[in-house]
Parts: sequence; structure tokens; C-alpha cells
Amino acid sequence: MIFTLKVNGLDRQVDVDEDTPLLWVLRDDLELTGTKFGCGVAMCGACTVHVNDQPMRSCALPVSAVQGDITTIEAVAGPEAKAVQAAWVAHDVPQCGYCQSGQIMTAVALLREQPKPSDRDIDLAMNGNICRCATYLRIRSAIHDAAKSLEKGA
Amino acid sequence: MNAPLSRRAILQGGGALVIGFLMPMGIGRLAAQAPAANGPPPVDPNAFIRIAPDSTVTVLVKHIEFGQGPFTGLATLVADEMDADWAQMRAEHAPGDQKVYANLFMGMQGTGGSTAMANSYLQMRKAGALARWMLVQAAAKSWGVKPEQITIKAGVISGPGGKQGKFGEFIETARTLTPPQDVPLKDAGKFEFIGKDRSVGRVDSLDKTTGKADFSIDQWTPGTLTVVVAHSPRFGGAVASFDASKALAVSGVVAVKQIPSGVAVFATGTWPAIKGRKALTIKWDDSKAEARGTAQMAQAYLAKAKEPGIQAKATGDIEKALATPGATLVEADYVFPYLAHAPMEPLGGYIEWDGKTALARFGSQFPSFDQPAIAGVLGIPPEQVKVEPVLAGGSFGRRATGDAHLAVELAECVKAIGPGKKVRLTWTREDDIHGGYYRPLMVHRMRGAVKDGKIIAWSDTIVGQSFAVGGPMEKMMIRNGVDATMVEGSSEPPYKLPAFRCAATIEQSPVTTLWWRSVGHTHTGYAVETFVDRLLEAAGKDPVAGRLELMTDQPRAAAVLKAVAELAKWGEPVPAGRGRGVAVVESFNSFVAEIAEVSIGEDGEPKVHKVWAAVDCGIAVNPDIVRAQVEGGIGYAVGHILYGEVPLEAGKPTVSNFNNYRSLRIMEMPEVEVTILPSSAPPTGIGEPGVPPCGPAIANALARLGRERPTILPMVKSA
Ligand code: FES
Ligand code: FES
Repeated sequence: MIFTLKVNGLDRQVDVDEDTPLLWVLRDDLELTGTKFGCGVAMCGACTVHVNDQPMRSCALPVSAVQGDITTIEAVAGPEAKAVQAAWVAHDVPQCGYCQSGQIMTAVALLREQPKPSDRDIDLAMNGNICRCATYLRIRSAIHDAAKSLEKGA
Repeated sequence: MNAPLSRRAILQGGGALVIGFLMPMGIGRLAAQAPAANGPPPVDPNAFIRIAPDSTVTVLVKHIEFGQGPFTGLATLVADEMDADWAQMRAEHAPGDQKVYANLFMGMQGTGGSTAMANSYLQMRKAGALARWMLVQAAAKSWGVKPEQITIKAGVISGPGGKQGKFGEFIETARTLTPPQDVPLKDAGKFEFIGKDRSVGRVDSLDKTTGKADFSIDQWTPGTLTVVVAHSPRFGGAVASFDASKALAVSGVVAVKQIPSGVAVFATGTWPAIKGRKALTIKWDDSKAEARGTAQMAQAYLAKAKEPGIQAKATGDIEKALATPGATLVEADYVFPYLAHAPMEPLGGYIEWDGKTALARFGSQFPSFDQPAIAGVLGIPPEQVKVEPVLAGGSFGRRATGDAHLAVELAECVKAIGPGKKVRLTWTREDDIHGGYYRPLMVHRMRGAVKDGKIIAWSDTIVGQSFAVGGPMEKMMIRNGVDATMVEGSSEPPYKLPAFRCAATIEQSPVTTLWWRSVGHTHTGYAVETFVDRLLEAAGKDPVAGRLELMTDQPRAAAVLKAVAELAKWGEPVPAGRGRGVAVVESFNSFVAEIAEVSIGEDGEPKVHKVWAAVDCGIAVNPDIVRAQVEGGIGYAVGHILYGEVPLEAGKPTVSNFNNYRSLRIMEMPEVEVTILPSSAPPTGIGEPGVPPCGPAIANALARLGRERPTILPMVKSA
């Protein structure tokens, strides 16, 4: 079936089965490989993208159910994204890096909702994103730093 | 330029230039050297460093980068010796080529045993120093001055009369020079980057923050078919027969082929391949498969542990000492479960084959095994197989296999679909969790005796599978019938024990097993460090002071123990409801002591609040990466000690994904505070050594809360 999706600001057409998870449409058909596959069952967060600015697990979202504009790590933008990515680099958060696209997409969505999250807020928001390298401490401090830099910039 | 092509062409890469094409130290010379025999071979800087006209310096890294930091680490060594500016440094994987890129500790190209920094420390510094020498000579020649008049600082070459230039300006001249065999290395007192905390940031952070980093799963070229393989649900099972008709009816499925490891479904994309696999009907032949469950296996192993086993090490008369009249006898049976590594990126890779040559791109941890394995399957000479290692989303040991099973499966897939094809193999998470190569199920039978406040006897009998048996490393790992990686840590505990015995028995099972971050220390560290804690308690000793009394000839282990006690203020009051435990383990020639602060949560699960760690890993080249590895190692340890287990029922794993193979999440991550002991000793491992002391420190903390130290792991059993 042909589906038209708005991805990173562009209209894209794909011809796939309707049960195809958005993850594989993004990766295989649109070659946006920054979004990763970790579990396929909405348990790890590696595949997190934004649909209408909300973080969604693209592995568990059939293409036929997508409603809204999709943003992936390749195009995530705005002050929160900038602050998060800068803090990620400043803290050298990534180890293997494979989970980090998903972590960043979730963190950006968190800061858009809660500009000054507490440790508890961060833990709640980020608990669905597994990092097997256990970079969690740096994720937490990088989010706090990003929040601080947003406050200053505001 | 009469540059000999082949390898140079590979190294040359995207338009950049390798300095000194005509280096006299040819590849053939390097190959002729037996690395271990007469010290390391001479260093060929061409193989390791590429300077581009824009002055970027790219370090070709022979160790695979999967998070532990060799890209940054090796670039640090080169940058310091070259007096480069950090901003001009880059890193990428060296191609598979054992003659040039052998791990000097292994005699083959491979990453493992936390050796990356230890074995590259001098080699990469030498390469950097030679590259610097060539730039200095080239600048002197171009400017018509003496080399002694040249200085380099932060990537800027300066000469008399205010002359200045960048590296890229001198590569053409540098090419024409013949470098010496050796040049002096920088004095440690002059280091700009090595050992200087936060003087460099990771070279890979930006790409890993913007989605640009490419992993195995991201490797494909136009026309590539995606393949998933249906493997036997039981270990040792084989395909009896299969019906592919429904699978072939799935749109996007191109072909279904039987291969030695199962049934391969080829499709135009990942989703059709997965759907096609679901639609297969396969009859399995389980006649040679493991039929036992893990509970049964553990029982059998524990019974076996009552037998003497093969002695690894002994002092004194152990049975007599254990039977000392008036002594307190302490006994404990430990059971360690099968553990999956579950790297964040499941296994996979890309291969193309034209009938004569093959190119494979994947997270190859042992290119030296993967290349001949692919050649063997395809029936072509190994030289016709190019292996290009790429970033891997974690490994924890999983990608280093003696049987090269992933490379073999990759090759079998492309062979099955025929020459002139390209395939991308993807394992799903279920394939990964069900896929074996687990940390082996192990048991320890510990017996000890305490009298008059002293430990007088210690016996440790270990039973489990050995992943060395039947593999290419059997000779290296098994000595006198004992697998060294099964008893490491147990056969030589850091404590003075008057009567001591450590023995092991190797069991067989079709379940595949493998090293897992910190190898034998994953279980020996736990058994030894919880047991010594228990004996010290029986002896009425403080866990730190009591250990130190027994460590009089272990200065480095004692030093980290003292340092962590100081860091955590051991002995001072602990918040109500919390307990603290300590452990110290030497692994991969590094020493780590940890203290864990633990409480019991409302759900009854142990909650680890904080872990303090003191580390001696020789010179810490990148202190912040050392810190990161210890943080990550602690997280990895906490997750698996608390939750990790792959149980089998009638030979089949009962967990399959992160819903039931529970992983540590951010809420369960303790705070971590690390202190790195200053050292002038050569660097030793850090990717693994943070793991072993953490589990026993948690168990020992639970004992302070009035709980038993768990002997059957994981601590939290899933419902
Ligand atoms: S891949 Fe989607 S949540 Fe794991
Ligand atoms: S950085 Fe490796 S899984 Fe998160």
C-alpha cells in the first residue's frame, strides 16, 4: 500500500504493508538510519521518534496508524534539541552510542514539557530508554545542564 | 609516486594522504616477526596514522570501538606524541589485516581482555613520534633550516624567523623521507593530553549524538537483501524439514534457503523478512539437543562439586584444616545463572560476494577469525576476503567468538543466495537472548574454617562449562585440565590463607557459552568476596581491616581498598535503613575496590543507592573514559546481579526480550563516585575491571541489613 508521511518536514511516499512498523519505514525505505532497532517490542526506547512532538516508539507504531508529523534524530531542532545535544557532547555521554538517538529524542521531549526537571522527573521520563552501557548518570547530568543552559538562554 | 597499491589503497581512503608511502619498514618485515617472541615488532606509522592536506590526523584503530573508548584513547596517544591540536584528531577502524594490526598480546587481530590501551600504549606513541619526526624533517627541508630549529605546538610547526605551518603543508615532502627505526618518546612530564583529565573529549561523541554514527545494522548498499534466520529453539537442534510456502507468500520475501544454522529468509527489507520468518513451518531434530532445564543442571553441577575435581592450586592440607577441632566451619553453595550479553545493538552485518572476492562490514571483534571463516564458507582464499570492522552497539564479549559463528552465518547466507549478491543479516532481540554464547552457568562449593579470629582453611570447587573446549583458544586457556578463565580470581585470591585449595570440573552441554564482561571474575569475584566477608564476620573482624590484615603482600589491592574506604568514609554512621558492603578484585591487571550502599525497597528488592570505587589501572590515559567505564561497569554489574538470568526449561530459554530479560534502567542506577589512584605503571585494562567487585559489595551490604548474602543469583527472581 502507498502511504504518505510527513517526515522531517518533507512529504514522503512509501509502498509497504500496512502493518510495517514506522521504524522499518524510516530505516529501510527512507534511509534515516539514526533511529535504531533495539527490541522491536516497545521495551527499550532505541527507536524513539517524535510524532507531533510527542516521543513515540516507532517499532510498535504501524505505518497505517501514524497520524501527524514525524521528526527523527536527523532533523530534531529547536533550542531544547540544541541544548541537549551540546550537553551530551560536553558530558561525553555516549559509550557505544547505539541507544543515544532514542535517549536524546526522549530528553528533548521532556525538556519541552518540563523545562526544569528534577532527578525524579528525569528518571520517570527516561525510564523507558535502556542503555546497556549504563550511561544513565551522565544522561541525568546532561539533562540538568541542558535545562540550565536553556534557562540562561531564555 | 610508485606507491605499492593494495593495502595502501585501502589505507588511503577518502582522498587523504598517507605520509611516507615508501617507508622502508615494509609490511613483509612486520609479518615475518613473531610478535610475542622477541618483543613487539617495529612500528610502521603509515599503518596507523593518516595526515590529510587539511591537516586532520586520522588514527587507524585496530581495536573495535563499541563504547570502551579506543578511538579516543589511541588518538590521545598519537596527538600527544605529535604535539597536535586535539581538534585536528580523528579516528577510524583499521581494516582486517592481522600482519599489521595484530593485538600484540594475542598474536592475532582482535579486541578483548581489556587490552586495547595496554597493548597500544607504546605502539601508538611510537607511531606518533615517528610521524612527528617526519614532519619536523620535512619542515626543516622545506625551510632550509636544521631540524633542531623546529618546534611543534598545538598542531602548529614553527621555525626560525617566524616561519609557521600546519601538518598538511608538509606531507608531500614527508613522503620522500626515510624515517629511522625508532625515535625517542616524549618525557612523561611533558604530556599535554595523556593522563590529563578532560584535556580531550571523545572523538565519537558528536556523531553518536546526532544519529550520524553508522553501526553494523546501518551497513548496506543499493540492492542489498535483508535476511533473518530461524534458529533452532533448542541448543544443538537442527532443521529436520521445513515448509516455506506461506513465507514465500509474504510480500517482499524473495527467497527461503536452508543454511547450516537454520532457515534463512531473504527479503527486500527487515519487516518482510521478520514476517516471512514467522510464517515458516519448521520441524526440528532435537536428538542432539540439550533437553535439561537450568534447575536440573545446577543440581547436577552442585552434586559434582562434592567431588574433588581437578586441582588448580593448593597449599597446606585442606581437609585436615577444615576438620580442625574447635573451628567454626562455614559452607556455601553458589549458583550463577546463564547470562546473555544483550548488547544494545543485536548482532548483524553486511556482506557482498562476487564469486571470487568478498567484502564484509560488521562489528568484527576478531577479524583474524572472521576473515578465514568467511573464506572457508565461500571456498575462496582468505586474502580475497576483506573484513571492515565498523562501530558496534556494545559487545561485552559477545562479538568475540572463537568459532566466528556470526561471520560464518553471514557467509552462509550470501552463499545460499548465490554469487553477485549482497546481504544484510539482522538478528532480532529474541535471536540475541535465545542465541546462546552465554556467560556459563557456574557453581562454586565454598568451604572455610575460622578459629581464634583467623581464617585457617579455604576450599573452592567450581563446576561449569568451559567455552575454551573445542575452540581455537583451547591450548591457550586450558592448562593441566583446568580452564584458566574458569578459576581466575578463585585460584589466587589476594588473601593469605594457610590451607587453601581451588579445583574445577568442566561440564559439557550443547548450550553455547562465552566470555562475558570480566569473564571468570563475574562469578569468582562474587564467590570469593562474599565468602571472605562471611568468614571475616565469623572471625569478628571488620570487612576492610580484616581484609587488609590478609593482604600484606598485595600492595596495589590493599591501596585501592584503603582508598575506597577513605572515599566512602567507611566506619562512619550510615543513613538509617541502609547498609554498606565492600569488595576488592584484581582483574586484567587492574585493581578495583568498591563500596555499595544498599537498602531494601518497598517492593522487597535491594535498592543500590551509591557505589564508591577506587581504581588502579596504571597510567589512566583518559581519566574521564576510565571513570565512564567504571560507571558503566557498575551499572552492568548491578543490573545483572539483581535481575540477569536466562533460565532454560527442557532446554529452551524462558526469556526472550527486555520484557523478561530485565535490564537495568535509569531508576535503578546508583550514584557512582570514582577515584583513580595516581600511577606511573603502564596502563592496564579498564573496560571490564569495574564489574567484578560490585555484586559482592551489594551482597555484603545486604548482610549488614540482616539478610543473607545471596548465593543463588540473580538476587531478584522474576515472577
Ligand atoms: S526498538 Fe522500539 S522500543 Fe526497543
Ligand atoms: S551508549 Fe551503549 S547502549 Fe547506551
